[in-house]
Amino acid sequence: MTNNIILLGHGSGGKLSHQLLDDVIIPRLSGLPQREQNDAAVLSHGGRRLAFTTDSYVVDPIFFPGGDIGDLAVNGTVNDLAMSGARPLYLTVGLILEEGLPVADLERVLDSMKAAAAAAGVAIVAGDTKVVPRGKADKIFINTAGIGVFDHDLEILGSGARVGDQILVNGTIGDHGMAVLAGREGLDLHSDIQSDTAPLHELVADLIAGVGRDLHVLRDPTRGGVATTLKEIALQSNVDLTLEEPALPVGEAVRGACAILGLDPLYVANEGKLLALLAPEAAGRALDIMHRHPQGRHAAIIGEVTGASAGKVYLRTAIGGLRAIEMLAGEQLPRIC
Amino acid sequence: MKRCRIEIEGIVQGVGFRPFVYQLARRHHLAGWVLNDSRGVTIEAQGDTAAMEDFLHALRAQAPPLAVITRFKTRPCPLATEDSFVIHASNETAERRIQIAPDTYVCGDCLAELFDPADRRYRYPFINCTNCGPRYTIVTGVPYDRPLTTMADFPLCADCRREYENPASRRFHAQPNACPACGPRLSLHDGAGRRLEVPDALGQAIALLRQGRILAVKGLGGYHLVVDAANDQAVAELRRRKTRDEKPFALMSRDLEAVRRYAWVNEAEEQLLLGVERPIVLLPRRADHGLSPRVAPSNGFFGVMLPYTPLHHLLLEDQFTALVMTSANLSDEPILFEDGEALTRLSDIADAYLSHNRRIHTRTDDSIARILAGRAVLMRRSRGYVPRGILLPQAQPTVLALGAELKNTICFTQENRAFLSQHIGDLKNLEVLRGLEHSVDHLGRILGLRPRIVAHDLHPDYLSTRFAEELPEVRRIGVQHHHAHLVSCLADNGRDEPAIGVIFDGLGFGADGHIWGGEFLLGDADGFERAAHLAYLPMPGGDAATREPWRMALSALAHAFGESLPEPAFFPTHAPGDLRLVRQMIARGINCPLTSSCGRLFDAVAALIGVRQRISYEGQAALELEQIAAEGEQGRYAYELYDRQGPFVVDPAPLIRSLVEDLGQGVAPGVLSARFHNTLAAMIQEVCGRLREGSGLNLVALSGGVFQNRYLTEKTLPLLERDGFTVLTHSLVPPNDGGLALGQAVIAGRLAARQQQS
Ligand SMILES: [Fe+3]
Ligand SMILES: [Mg+2]
Ligand SMILES: [Zn+2]
Ligand SMILES: [Zn+2]
Repeated sequence: MTNNIILLGHGSGGKLSHQLLDDVIIPRLSGLPQREQNDAAVLSHGGRRLAFTTDSYVVDPIFFPGGDIGDLAVNGTVNDLAMSGARPLYLTVGLILEEGLPVADLERVLDSMKAAAAAAGVAIVAGDTKVVPRGKADKIFINTAGIGVFDHDLEILGSGARVGDQILVNGTIGDHGMAVLAGREGLDLHSDIQSDTAPLHELVADLIAGVGRDLHVLRDPTRGGVATTLKEIALQSNVDLTLEEPALPVGEAVRGACAILGLDPLYVANEGKLLALLAPEAAGRALDIMHRHPQGRHAAIIGEVTGASAGKVYLRTAIGGLRAIEMLAGEQLPRIC
Repeated sequence: MKRCRIEIEGIVQGVGFRPFVYQLARRHHLAGWVLNDSRGVTIEAQGDTAAMEDFLHALRAQAPPLAVITRFKTRPCPLATEDSFVIHASNETAERRIQIAPDTYVCGDCLAELFDPADRRYRYPFINCTNCGPRYTIVTGVPYDRPLTTMADFPLCADCRREYENPASRRFHAQPNACPACGPRLSLHDGAGRRLEVPDALGQAIALLRQGRILAVKGLGGYHLVVDAANDQAVAELRRRKTRDEKPFALMSRDLEAVRRYAWVNEAEEQLLLGVERPIVLLPRRADHGLSPRVAPSNGFFGVMLPYTPLHHLLLEDQFTALVMTSANLSDEPILFEDGEALTRLSDIADAYLSHNRRIHTRTDDSIARILAGRAVLMRRSRGYVPRGILLPQAQPTVLALGAELKNTICFTQENRAFLSQHIGDLKNLEVLRGLEHSVDHLGRILGLRPRIVAHDLHPDYLSTRFAEELPEVRRIGVQHHHAHLVSCLADNGRDEPAIGVIFDGLGFGADGHIWGGEFLLGDADGFERAAHLAYLPMPGGDAATREPWRMALSALAHAFGESLPEPAFFPTHAPGDLRLVRQMIARGINCPLTSSCGRLFDAVAALIGVRQRISYEGQAALELEQIAAEGEQGRYAYELYDRQGPFVVDPAPLIRSLVEDLGQGVAPGVLSARFHNTLAAMIQEVCGRLREGSGLNLVALSGGVFQNRYLTEKTLPLLERDGFTVLTHSLVPPNDGGLALGQAVIAGRLAARQQQS
C-alpha cells in the first residue's frame, strides 16, 4: 500500500479498496488468493456445503427513496449468499447505535429488517447491540452475517467465466447510488429515483433451475458499480469482457441525474442487481427467466466474454469505438483537460 | 600520411551520408572505407595530412540536409594498405545508437524529375531519394536497411538497383528507392473497398474530387479524408458523415500562392509551411477566402499544410485552391493506417479510396504548429519531427516516460538524448491505447532500449498510469503533472537551472489531491515548490464541467458573489432545472472536485461572455475566446493576491465581478475577452516579480496548453522581458500535454541518477 493512513477512498469499492484488501487485510487474516475471493465463503461440513458471509452497512441517509439501512442490511447479505448459488437461511445482526438516535428511527429500521427477512425467507437468529458516544458513529451502523445452504452441486465462482459467455444484468443500473445521493443531498432531481434494494435469491434459484451448469458466474454490482464488478470478474477469471454501451439498461431519471451530476452509471452502486455470466446457448433462456421474474423485468444481455487471459474490460460505444474500463482509484476524478 | 577512425552518431543513416562520405573521400584522394553500423556511421580514412584536415572539416560542415550529427569522435590509427575508398556493407554491433530519420517532404530534385516527361519516374507518386521520402513510418526494425522496412515487399529492378548501389547516385542506399517498374502502385477502390480496374487511378480520383465526392487517400502515416475545400456541399457532407460538427478541418494547397488566396501568411509562417517537416500551420483566414465556411466554423484560422508526398503534388497539380485533408478516423479513434481496416471502417464515409501497396508500419498524424511571438510552437509533434532526438543538458539513466492520458506521447531517454514518440492520442480509446503499446515496443526496439525505470503521471486513473502499473519488473516513478510541464520547457530550451514555472493548463492531478492548472512553481528537474496558484474553484460534475463551460461560469459566479449570486440571464441555452441543480451541487460540494485550472477559468469567462456554453472538441471555448479578443484594447481587471501561509493565492473574484458589471453595461465580447487576457498577463507579471524577490530567480518558463494562446503569450512575453526576466517558451515539443513525457523522463532520470550516486 502506498498510503500510511486509511483514506475515504479505501472504502470506495474501487482500486484503493482492493489494495487495502490485498496488501493489508487478506495476507494477515486468510491468505486467500484473489482468484478465490467471492461474495461468500463456501464451506464443507459433514458432506454438506454451506455458504457463509458477512457485510456491514453504513449509509447516509439511513432512510432513502425506495428503502432504508434496515432492508439494505438484510438484502445485501441475502444477495451475497445468493451470488454463490446458495439458499439463504439464517442471519445475525450487529447494531452500533449513536447516542441520540431517536428510538422511533431505530424501530423503523428494525421493522424494515423484519419485513425484508420475511420476504427473503430468512430467520434472524442472533444479534448484538452497542451504543457509542455522539459523533463516534453516524446514527446507526449494521452488520449482518448469513448462512445459506446449497440445493445443487454447482460451483458458481468469480473465476468461472469462459470465452463466449454472455453477460446479463437483471435490470436498470445505478438506481440505488443515485437514490441515496439525491436523498442525502436533498437534490431536486424532479423525478423520483428509487433504490433498487431487493433480495435476489429467488431469481438465482430460478436461473439455476433453468440453465444449471451453463451458469458460470454471479455477482452483485454494489459499491463500485457494474464496471468495478466486471473488472473483478475479468481479473479472477483471466478473461477479457466487452460491454455494449447501447445495451446497458439505464433508467431515464438515472441517466439524466448522472448527466447533470457528471457521474458514470457504470460506477454507481446497485443493491438489487446481479450480473450473470453464462454459456451463450443458455443466454436466451436465462433472459426469458429473468423477464418473468419481478426482479428481472428489465433484464438485458449487455456484453460477452471476448478473450482469454488479459483481465481487461472494454466498452463498445454507440458509435462503435472501444474503450478500456478500469476500476477507479477512489471517487470519479476529472481526467479530460 | 595519416589515418583516422571517425565515429559519427545522430541521424546519419538513410539520409545519404555514406555516398556523401564516399564522394568527399574521393575528392580528397583518400583511401579507406565507410560503413553503417548500429551506432551510426564509422569511417576509416587515410591520406596526406592537409587533405585529411579538409576532409574532417567538410564531414561536419557539408553534411547532407537531413543529417543531424549528435556525436563526432575521431582518433588516429595505424596506416593500412588500401588503394581506394569503398563502402562496406552494414554491420550490426551490440549497441544501437542509430537514429532513424523522420519522414520528409519530397525534395526539389525529386520534384523536378516528377514533372519531367523525359524522366523514367515522370508522374510516379513514390519517387524519393536519400534526401527525402518516407522513413519512420516504414521502418520495421534496425539497422535501417531495405529488408527492415515495408519496402522489403518490392525487389529492386535493375535500373533502381544500379542507383541503389552507385555511390555517386542521389539514390545510393535510398532504402525506399522505387520506380514504376518495380515499386509501389496506386489503386482506386469504390466505397465498398472493391478495387476498380482503371488505367489512371489518380486521374479518376481527381475527377471524383471535382464532382464533390469524398475520397480516402493513403498518405505517409495514415489515410486522409479528402474533399474539395471550395465545395460547400462536399464539406457539409463530410461533416455529416463524420459526425464532426465544428472541429476545424485541415487544408492542403499546392503552393504558397494558392494559400495566400484564402489565408494571411507572414514570413515566419511561410518558413514553417515550407520547412522539411511540413506541419499543418495555423493561419489567420482572409475574409474573402472563398472556401466553404464549414471548413472551420466559428474559427478565425485555417490549419494549412503544403504537399509533402509526390502523390499530394499530383493530386493538387492544378485543379484545386485547397483540399480538405483531415485524418481518416471515426470520431475520437486514431487515424486509420492499415489498408484492410481503412477500406472497411470508412465505408460509411468515403465514396472511393485512392490507396497503394506500400504498407505503413507506424501510424503517424500530421504535426500542427503555429507562430507565437515570432517563433514556431508545436501544438502536435508528430510526422516530420519524430523520431528526431532532443539533446538533454545532462546524461541520465535510460527512462521510459508514459505521458498524460489525452494527447498522449511517450518518451525514451538514452544518455543525453530524449526521443519523444509521435502523437498517440486519447488513451480512453482502445485503439489509441494499443498505439501506446505499439510505440513502447517499436520505439524501444529501434532505439535498442529496454528501460527499467518508468515515469508516469500522478493521476491514479490516467490509463498511462495504469499502463505503467502493469509493466513487469520496472521501477515506477510518479511525476507531478505541472512539474513535468516545467521541466519539459526547461529541457526544450536545453536548460538545467531552476526557474519560475508559469504552468497554465486544463488540468493535472495535484500533489494535494486537488486538480491543478494555474500554477507558479519554483524548481528544476530535482524538485519543485508550489509558490502560487489560482484560487480553487469547484468543478461541478468533474469532467462534465470541462465539456460544459457554463458549469464553470456558475462556479466562478458563486465564488465571486457568494450568497448574492446574480441570476445568470446570460445562459440562453440552459434549462432552468439544470441551473438550479448545478447551483445545488456547488453549494453542497456534490461531485465538485476543486480546481485551480486556468483552462477552466477561460471556460468560465467564455461562457459568461456568451461565447460558448458547451464544447464539441477540446479547448474550443478558450480558443474561441482568444480569437474574439479585440486587438488594441488595453483595459484590464483587478484580481486579489493573498499572501498567507503556503503558496500565494491569486483570486479571480474581482475579475469575475468586473466582467459581470461590464457585461451588464453592454461592453462588446471582444473587449471583455481582451481585458480578461490582459488581466492574466498582468497577473503573471506581478506574481513572477514577487517570486523573484523571494527566490532570486530571473528565469521564467511558460508551459501548459494555455500557452498555445497567441494573444496571451504575446501580451505576457513583453511584460516579463521589460521587467528583466529571461523567458523560456516551447519550440521542440508542444506546451500542452503532448510535451509532458519529456519532462517526466528528465525528472525520473535525474532522480535515478541521484540515487545511483548515493
Ligand atoms: Fe497539462
Ligand atoms: Mg456485499
Ligand atoms: Zn528526393
Ligand atoms: Zn525500379
